[in-house]
Amino acid sequence: MSKQKNSFLEWIDKRFPMTVTWREHLSEYYAPKNFNFWYFFGSLALLVLVNQLITGIFLTMSYKPDASLAFASVEYIMRDVDYGWLIRYMHSTGASMFFVVVYLHMFRGMMYGSYRKPRELLWLIGMAIFFVLMSLAFTGYILPWGQMSYWGAQVIVSMFEAIPFIGETLHNWILGDFMLSDAALNRFFAYHVVTLPVLIVVLVFVHIIALHEVGSNNPDGIEIKENKNPESKIPVDGIPFHPYYTVKDIFGVVGFLIVFCGIIFFAPEMGGYFLEYNNFIPANTLQTPDHIAPVWYFTPYYSMLRAVTVNFLWIDAKLWGVFLMVAGVAVFCFLPWLDRSPVKSIRYKGPIFKFALAMFVISFFVLGWLGTQSPTPLYTLLAQIFSVIYFAFFILMPWYSKIDKTKPEPKRVTK
Amino acid sequence: MADSFSINNEMSGRRKFLVAATSVAGGVACVGIATPFVKSMMPSERAKAAGAPVEVDISRLEPGMLLMVEWRGRVVWILDRTPEMLATLEKLEPQLADPNSDKVQQPDYAKNRTRSIKPEILVVEGICTHLGCSPVFRKDIAPQDLGADWLGGFFCPCHGSKFDLAGRVYKSVPAPTNMVVPPHVYLSDNVLLIGAESKESA
Repeated sequence: MSKQKNSFLEWIDKRFPMTVTWREHLSEYYAPKNFNFWYFFGSLALLVLVNQLITGIFLTMSYKPDASLAFASVEYIMRDVDYGWLIRYMHSTGASMFFVVVYLHMFRGMMYGSYRKPRELLWLIGMAIFFVLMSLAFTGYILPWGQMSYWGAQVIVSMFEAIPFIGETLHNWILGDFMLSDAALNRFFAYHVVTLPVLIVVLVFVHIIALHEVGSNNPDGIEIKENKNPESKIPVDGIPFHPYYTVKDIFGVVGFLIVFCGIIFFAPEMGGYFLEYNNFIPANTLQTPDHIAPVWYFTPYYSMLRAVTVNFLWIDAKLWGVFLMVAGVAVFCFLPWLDRSPVKSIRYKGPIFKFALAMFVISFFVLGWLGTQSPTPLYTLLAQIFSVIYFAFFILMPWYSKIDKTKPEPKRVTK
Repeated sequence: MADSFSINNEMSGRRKFLVAATSVAGGVACVGIATPFVKSMMPSERAKAAGAPVEVDISRLEPGMLLMVEWRGRVVWILDRTPEMLATLEKLEPQLADPNSDKVQQPDYAKNRTRSIKPEILVVEGICTHLGCSPVFRKDIAPQDLGADWLGGFFCPCHGSKFDLAGRVYKSVPAPTNMVVPPHVYLSDNVLLIGAESKESA
């Protein structure tokens, strides 16, 4: 039996590098042995991606991308399709959880300096995935064609109008009409179910290939490849991904699924944070809801958008707001070159970095909270202050990371 | 193999030219084939045809009342302003970014303090010039959330932009310009045509 199996494998291997791929990426991919809790979120992001792809396919079987039918078709899924409610809640909860795990995954990278040389490109590919994920979330949120779908999309699409000269043409080109209408819903559906999923799957593949080329970072931020066993050429602090980390990740998956199922079954709307109450009202083109806010994962950037209230130089406040919001996301791309610290990990970085990172996290949460609130003069002022802190974390990094008092890195990974 | 490489090098001038020429031709072909796809995403003929003007009977509009009508898929407000409301327009001018409506957000016949043909009737697109939300008509004076100096106007719930009762934007709010006054004309005392400036051009 086993001989037969081997000869079958040989037959395959002569035609497709199956065993080699298995070894390179799983059984002989050596990952640092000191991974901790924070290293769950990469594989969890992959799990959520698969969840979104599968539930998404089943949702398209009953959904209708037509402005006059879309809202009712979503309610049809919720009420009349067998287990439609479950599939839809898996998809909507999956969208929010995607951002939870991706934000934690990115924060892990920021703590342990995973963006530093030689992982700059890996970080940039990750940022590209983040952009596509945001586009997916945005296009997906439009599809139920509720009040928040409509007015949320209206706000985002209007941003393109702020671009000088070409703004209006670009706006009409994006919408396929002079205002947000059926034409836009139809094409956003196409992006959401074809273009962007293909793009994100390809980018995730490239992200993993790039990761396996440079090797995983670890909580100590030191390179395990610099200390290899002279005979076997295997990093002394590395362990094969399979079975060690596949088993660890399965443990993470179980923990994640407990939380995930808890939300799906007991709080799928999450108090209006995952599914906003106003989106249970069909889109009304004549009236904006009294209180509009994006879904929670966009609120920090939404706060930045409305924080700018003064014209500056020859550019008006509206365009500055759009610029600030885009910059709030794009600024992560520069991290590999902003960090001038001699060490990578927070474990060996000094008090200034720890303080700066803490201030960054606080400003991210405060901006996120402000984004869910109605704008008042006080809140606008707070949004301005915390936007400044948010950007200061990045802009001042070349300076404070250099003068910070670091501890020496160890030669081998620690516990 | 080595021989063929050396031949290639000798012919590098000609080869370079061919590679460049092929690249240019390929690039032109790419732009060419992309054109129909890009163009297909512009508003369709059907979308372009859907912009017909609308006639509105305003005989039942009472002072202080706001009427919403739809034109080209946008909301257009028709507000009958009371004398008290009209009196606020002058008082608010120091707080406004463009009190004289110098930026072209209205037809010439609406470039005045009331931004209207008839002083009391305001016709304006109910869309915030910031990011396209529809502001809320707040005629209550000095409400808690808008402060003691609020004399009535339009407040955008999305990003907090404020407009007076002529759709003129306040200073230091996200919206950059006054709200848009669409082309409109009175066909008779009580019949308003929105979207055209005469019956014929409609």
